[in-house]
Amino acid sequence: MSVDIVHLANVIVSGLLTGLVYGLMALGLSVIFGVARVVNFAHGEMMTIAMYAAVVLFADLQFDPFVAVLPIAAAFFVFGYLLQAAVIQPFVTRPEHSQFLLLLALAIIMTNALLIVFGPDARSVQLDYLLESIEFGPLLVDRGKLYAALVACAAAAALFVFFHFTLTGTAVRAAADNWLGAKTVGLNVKRIYAIAFGLGAACVAVAGCMMTLLVDLTPALGHGYTLLAFVIVIVGGLGSMNGALLGGMLIGASEALAGLFITPSAKSMFSFALLIVILLFRPQGLLGNRP
Amino acid sequence: MNRRRFNKILLGSGISAALAPFNIVRAQSTKLKVGVLLPKSGLQGLIGQSCQKGADLAPVVIKDLLGVDIELMPADTESHVDTARTRAERLVQEGAHCLIGPFDSGAAAAIAQVAEQRGVPFVINIAAAPQITEQGYKFVFRNFPIASELVRNGLALIDDLFRATNTSPRTAVFMHVNDTFGEANAKAISAILPQLKLPFKLVETISYDPAAKDLTVEVAKAKATKADFLLLVSRLNDAIVLRREIVKQRWNLMGIISPGSPGMYENQFYRALGKLSDHCITNVPWHEPKAPLSKAVDEAFRKQNPKDQLRFHALNVGYTFEAILIVADAYKRAKSTDSKSLTEAIRQTEIKSRMMLGGPIKFNAKGQVEGNLSACIQNQGQKPVVVLPAAAAEAKPVFPWPQYKRA
Repeated sequence: MSVDIVHLANVIVSGLLTGLVYGLMALGLSVIFGVARVVNFAHGEMMTIAMYAAVVLFADLQFDPFVAVLPIAAAFFVFGYLLQAAVIQPFVTRPEHSQFLLLLALAIIMTNALLIVFGPDARSVQLDYLLESIEFGPLLVDRGKLYAALVACAAAAALFVFFHFTLTGTAVRAAADNWLGAKTVGLNVKRIYAIAFGLGAACVAVAGCMMTLLVDLTPALGHGYTLLAFVIVIVGGLGSMNGALLGGMLIGASEALAGLFITPSAKSMFSFALLIVILLFRPQGLLGNRP
Repeated sequence: MNRRRFNKILLGSGISAALAPFNIVRAQSTKLKVGVLLPKSGLQGLIGQSCQKGADLAPVVIKDLLGVDIELMPADTESHVDTARTRAERLVQEGAHCLIGPFDSGAAAAIAQVAEQRGVPFVINIAAAPQITEQGYKFVFRNFPIASELVRNGLALIDDLFRATNTSPRTAVFMHVNDTFGEANAKAISAILPQLKLPFKLVETISYDPAAKDLTVEVAKAKATKADFLLLVSRLNDAIVLRREIVKQRWNLMGIISPGSPGMYENQFYRALGKLSDHCITNVPWHEPKAPLSKAVDEAFRKQNPKDQLRFHALNVGYTFEAILIVADAYKRAKSTDSKSLTEAIRQTEIKSRMMLGGPIKFNAKGQVEGNLSACIQNQGQKPVVVLPAAAAEAKPVFPWPQYKRA
């Protein structure tokens, strides 16, 4: 198939922008695992709840998702903090399969609660500017995707600043590097784990708000995104913040290119093929550290 | 209660008990238990709920029409083939005398296997994959055109549309969902299109996942072909996503025409897209609004759904209602809920006064109704309007759509 360069560039840019939002979602998973060493199997479901919150705020109070993102992220930080402190913390020292079952149970409860409250109908945020595109020379960029990607970048930058230029952020990184050492110097590791989970939840809330600009919403959306987040963090490197963003962009762009050059039906297949290649040749992920 | 009244009741009960083994009395007094399998949640949830409206009004209309009492046994297939199979099993265990549904070819194939194994008649309301009635099944019946018939009718109407609007597009890009229904349609189109002397040729075929949340690449690929119009076999959610994406990518095309798939005439399509839903065209089996049965169904529909209109659910309600009408009519003639008698009665069905366009409901040796017709439906004023055939038309077709800019 012959593809002109403008067409190719449009597809790549679109894939990269979507990938940045995916990356932010995966960043939340990476932060939680990197610090608390808990694999959040309810990650996609948490994002779905954030998406519903954005849709409800839009439908009832006409809050644009770009406005709703701040209160929803704050609420999710508190939710994540409390969830870790009250429910997940007792499981941190238990075998991994116990954590797996706990978080899987939480995911199922979340999905079914959404189904009970909102029903199976698809919902979406309908804003006029979401149907517009911006021209950059020959490139035609989806306005909604562009804004969503910019917010994702801003959220990732804020997280970077927090981790590198605040005392609490430094303490979180210290606990992630060596929890015993952190404990020895007097840090409250349980509280740090709760903060990390809260930050991960806030990340996923921002990603969820932005995702409402890109896709229609149903209660069953969560598990697909959980799987996608895992693929991204494994490709990028589990526990690596930059890796999560890189993984997101890589998956977004590679899916777009696979759709263009092979067949759109093979998009997801291509992501998993990429995952297998990474696991075979660089099991720690592109930017992950060797264990 | 006096002695005479007591004796009368005793005598009545005795006669009933004595005749029960012969089904003489029971056929008149027992309700026909109809297992209704529909995808009321999941990917096809909205269409399943639309079909359910047809099932909900059926007992009332059919009681008036045939005097038959029906008990519906609803089951949600959750848009999953495996769930459809297990729900069908459960309905049979719970005493369903027959099954109807399930608006999906994959689910229909799974339920058909259960129906055959358990010897329970199954009338398919909507599902087009031809193989379901090609297996030699004895208990499976379908009152819906198979993919080839659906496509042949749909493509013929495209030719009529071009003549009526005095247009002759030269190229089309074909996009279709890659599920059982979509693949069956794609196969039928590639087989039938060359036989018909239509003015256009397909420049590219693009299949996609009906569950896809983002169709950017698919639409970009289609746009790159510079085809005159889009030939589309879709489901509902993907049709909405795709229509939005066409606007975002500023794809200048003459219009979207479906040769017979769901999506663009569904209520949710109008609600989600508003004015953007207008001028999309679907050639699809449709109801005859002037038929007496349509009027009776319309009246019942308005009573049960005062804020809704039958025209937004015509295909789903029509075929679901007719599926229940078929089993009720058979039950009336068989005078029994015995599966073999009921199945044989279904096989002998001949319903001339019907709701949907086409000839009488009469099954061939494979259990398939032939002669269901399509109409060309165009969205105008955010509602589906019949524009062809001319005899049934409510408005004139608009093609190309107004936003098309000639080169």
